[in-house]
Amino acid sequence: MTVGMNLGMPGGDNIQELSVEELRAKYGSGLEIQSEENMLLSMGPQHPSTHGVLRLLLELDGETVVNLAPDIGFLHTGIEKNMESKTYTQALVMTDRMDYLAPMSNNFGYILAVEKLLGVEVTPRAEVIRVILGELTRILSHLVWLGTSALDVAAQSVFLYCFREREYILDIYEMVAGQRMMASYFRPGGLWRDVPEEFVPAIRNFLDFFPSRIDDYEALLKENPIFHKRTKGVGVISAEDAISMGLTGPSLRGSGVNWDIRKSIPYSGYENYDFEVPLGTEGDVYSRYLCRMKEMRQSLGIIKQALDRLPDGPVQIDDRKIVPPPRSELGRSMEAVIHHFKLWTEGFKAPKGYVFQRVESPKGEFACYLRGNDTSKPARVHFRTPSYVNLASLPIMAKGLFVADLVAIIGSIDIVLGEIDR
Amino acid sequence: MGVEQKLGNMGVVTTRLEDLVNWGRTNSTWPMLFGLACCAIEMMSTQASHYDASRFGMELMRPSPRQADLMIVAGRVSRKMAPVLRRLYDQMSDPKWVIAMGDCASCGGIFNNYAIVQGVDEIVPVDVYVAGCPPRPEALLDGIMTLHEKVRGEKLQEWA
Repeated sequence: MTVGMNLGMPGGDNIQELSVEELRAKYGSGLEIQSEENMLLSMGPQHPSTHGVLRLLLELDGETVVNLAPDIGFLHTGIEKNMESKTYTQALVMTDRMDYLAPMSNNFGYILAVEKLLGVEVTPRAEVIRVILGELTRILSHLVWLGTSALDVAAQSVFLYCFREREYILDIYEMVAGQRMMASYFRPGGLWRDVPEEFVPAIRNFLDFFPSRIDDYEALLKENPIFHKRTKGVGVISAEDAISMGLTGPSLRGSGVNWDIRKSIPYSGYENYDFEVPLGTEGDVYSRYLCRMKEMRQSLGIIKQALDRLPDGPVQIDDRKIVPPPRSELGRSMEAVIHHFKLWTEGFKAPKGYVFQRVESPKGEFACYLRGNDTSKPARVHFRTPSYVNLASLPIMAKGLFVADLVAIIGSIDIVLGEIDR
Repeated sequence: MGVEQKLGNMGVVTTRLEDLVNWGRTNSTWPMLFGLACCAIEMMSTQASHYDASRFGMELMRPSPRQADLMIVAGRVSRKMAPVLRRLYDQMSDPKWVIAMGDCASCGGIFNNYAIVQGVDEIVPVDVYVAGCPPRPEALLDGIMTLHEKVRGEKLQEWA
């Protein structure tokens, strides 16, 4: 296949050559132009502060944003469709690559949905390890958010500190799963395998040093007058607007709405942990910043409680139709060989029916809709991804502000384009 | 043995112009600040404190293609993004190089479907392919050093 310049767009258009008005007419970007005197500007898809390949069509009066419309789809990957042609276990690797800042949270949502469809309960040890890694993932994602959103408001050094601690968490990922980012460690029926011996000491060490590191980040930003000027009173969204726009996660809680799936609809034993849901009051960029910083501390508390109660025992359920037999059995048992063969060639079959499972990912409410049809492949997978929904409230937050404020707001709602476009 | 011992008191170095220019190019290859997907996060890790790509003369990432020498295609390229990517490549000034970072940019990776360009070499000429999903920062650094090796052997005429 020869692919030229004009691939991709219907009718072979080169989007760069179209004016904003032509684009709007042809592809319905949703930008309603207020006045012909205003300037139209296309921000992105290659722009350092759009956190990926987001394109924003801006209507500007001088430097003031009169109106804007996000143009998404530059990273459309066809993940949901691709998953239909894979077995339930194979499809797992696709979920890592949606929100690549929090791969294990995506695994979590998808795997819980698969287990709900199959009607299996995982072992207590697997459940606790999942909570530990889920909360580590929250910190992992918040660290990238903190580093990049501080870069957006021109605080360079925070980024370097955040990525230093991020490496430590990635080392733990690598320790348990053998991969730095795309772990695919949660499997239907438990975990890929038990955590190594070094796991608990490594996490304990992390719990020891990380609180002081959060203090370091706060020393750089929390009382910084420049940071205050850039964030306080910027990008305000009221609680009513936030709810009606479907905002979730820290972006919603920054407006003071107490909604956290871990508390409201607990999963994986979250009801047994003692933690607070940090709430903001103002609903501006600074409140969202405070919420996420407090969330990191709460996550540390959850990890500590989980480590203290980490039970012994298996990490996989004892059902050979779902979980492959251990390598040691393959040399001794013909039955194990058959199970192994069936699982790796065909996969397990899921019954007819559909499930909907929500989890609290670092960015908000991540939900997975899964429909089975008595085969080993899902009939339909759909994800309700927080970034996609949260992006919709960007126009409400940014209207009437400067372009420079828009940059700070995009950072504060913490979007990931891989998750938006899927 | 440092270079000052080699020089002694002579104060004059003789070399081929090509070697000098290529030496300069390898040590100031500014990449474009341009991330697409998951690999972009590993590219950021490469830039950040732990791996520190500035050891190889590339501490400055330029968001403007006009000021960049190296395009690191970090992530999957969708069909909607492909014309944009080509436009960015065309806007870069010569001499310019391309690293296809990761499996998706190299060959489509696990996404063999309607949405993803099966290898970015369909739209821009690629100098170095880096395998991995995503590649570790060490792998990207290795790719950069492989590119440096290639640049050192280039002829000035090729970019004339």
